[in-house]
Amino acid sequence: MAAKYELKLGAATREAFGKALVELGKENENVVVCDADLSKSTFTHLFGKEFPERFFSCGIAEANMVSIGAGLASSGKIAFVASFSAFVLNKGFEQLRVNVAYSGIPLKVVGTHSGISIGEDGPSQMSVEDLSLACSLAGFTVLSPADEPSMFALVKQAAYHPGAVFIRAGRVKVPVIYGPEQKFVIGKGIQLTEGTDLTLISTGLMVAECLRAAEVLEAEGLSVRVIDLHKVKPLDRELIAKAAAETGCIVVAEEHLVDSGLGVRVAQVVTETSPCVMEFHGVNDTYAESGLPEEVLVKYKMTGADVAVTARRAFGRKK
Amino acid sequence: MTRTSDLSELQSIARTVRRDIIEMIGAAKSGHPGGSLSAVEILVTLYFDVMKHDPANPTWPLRDRFILSKGHAAPVLYSVLAETGYTPKDQLNTLRRIGSIYQGHPDRRFIPALEASTGSLGVGLSLGLGMAEAAKLDKSPSRTYVVLGDGEIQEGQIWEAAMYGGFHKVDNIVAILDNNRLQLDGWVKDIMGIEPLADKWAAFGWHVIEVDGHDFVALQAAFAEAEATKGKPSILIAHTVKGKGVSFMENNPKYHGVAPTKEEVELALKEIG
Repeated sequence: MAAKYELKLGAATREAFGKALVELGKENENVVVCDADLSKSTFTHLFGKEFPERFFSCGIAEANMVSIGAGLASSGKIAFVASFSAFVLNKGFEQLRVNVAYSGIPLKVVGTHSGISIGEDGPSQMSVEDLSLACSLAGFTVLSPADEPSMFALVKQAAYHPGAVFIRAGRVKVPVIYGPEQKFVIGKGIQLTEGTDLTLISTGLMVAECLRAAEVLEAEGLSVRVIDLHKVKPLDRELIAKAAAETGCIVVAEEHLVDSGLGVRVAQVVTETSPCVMEFHGVNDTYAESGLPEEVLVKYKMTGADVAVTARRAFGRKK
Repeated sequence: MTRTSDLSELQSIARTVRRDIIEMIGAAKSGHPGGSLSAVEILVTLYFDVMKHDPANPTWPLRDRFILSKGHAAPVLYSVLAETGYTPKDQLNTLRRIGSIYQGHPDRRFIPALEASTGSLGVGLSLGLGMAEAAKLDKSPSRTYVVLGDGEIQEGQIWEAAMYGGFHKVDNIVAILDNNRLQLDGWVKDIMGIEPLADKWAAFGWHVIEVDGHDFVALQAAFAEAEATKGKPSILIAHTVKGKGVSFMENNPKYHGVAPTKEEVELALKEIG
């Protein structure tokens, strides 16, 4: 592993989203934001406080919020709608399909509190199918940034992206992976470490866990490549194909239902380019439970140590 | 395009639109004649008299917006778009055919002048609210008109939108309820009653105007009253007859979604005149 990552805790990606909105609001008066009574949790309240006339409080009515956002966007506004990922995608899905995807409206949709790491609130609020749903909307770009700096940068880019975008954000504070010099480009994944034996691909808070897994595996003598695919759709095919060809072994780790998230999408690219050994690490066809976020992550095997177990198994199959 | 407030001219346009509807659905051998015919006077009043718009400049930022939330009534919208010059009239009879711009339900990928692709019921009023809010933010005089079906308001999102419009005092939007009292399975009152309509919308903070949806003069007055109403959104509860203008289709649930046969087309055209 060429670079060592010191994983110090930064802000939650939802907070970085809220701060990016404020900056966007300052630089462009066309930016508007809709929220559905979760503004203090999604951090859109920062924007609402600064720009009350451009903040649309929709009440607990996500379907209406998505369509209103689409109406604002179709009238030339740079419109963001935000809620918990589980609510904006599940309750607003029909509206995202008809008013946004099918209608070709460049709405920006942000789902916070994604995955199982929201912890105490439990499965009704946990979104373990949001990447699947968002990726099934034709024409959507789907982003899932790993840390505070990447979320901040990608929200700002998403605002000016010509099409519809879904951005997945998390509740808990996550380690900072990127320094201030890092450039983020929508469409390009980021290779965090060199490596020739196997590749760990992930997104969101699992990127930091993959770095932890890589450290363990490196100590065992393996050369591990780690890739952050902050763009889940469309995928960075080139980077994936290169990793498949050069390492011959890929493990995808995600805080999402393993049968329908990032992993199967990566597998599609690998199959079409350079087939190799693959294993998939995620939430296995179940709903998690309440608990402290770190307890839930441990119980449902979302730690670096767990990813390392899957990686060893995959590497064993390669030989 | 011709703009007119003249009653006999509007009536003549309505006859043409009814003929278009019958001919195009007859040619397509499928479609929704009943709910298209009930909305003819509403759309003709809006497109030829009330709305500020310019077929030569469909993206004019100050234009009024129109959303046919009951998207299955696409034929009435297509006829009006063609008669006002947005789209080719000689292609109306390609309705629902592969490659046609006149898709089964309004599709803005094929007709960019459409403000919305509709067809899934219940979402149009919310979309219109977003457009109306954008106009307010821009201090634009643009107004938004949304035509709803009466069966359509059984959808829950309509009431989320009703609550939003009343609470946020979105007074530059007008909903027009095409209250033809029939839906696919039968009478609205038997499937899922929606009365008391006026009380419900008033309770949500809307200015309610009940109007004969086939009377041009009454519709003109109602739209003027809506425009003069400040501080709350308006809804026209337009009392209409499903299948209006063709006797065998009137109040007959069969013609919600069944095309007339060749013989029925001839009969209908003779009646419309």
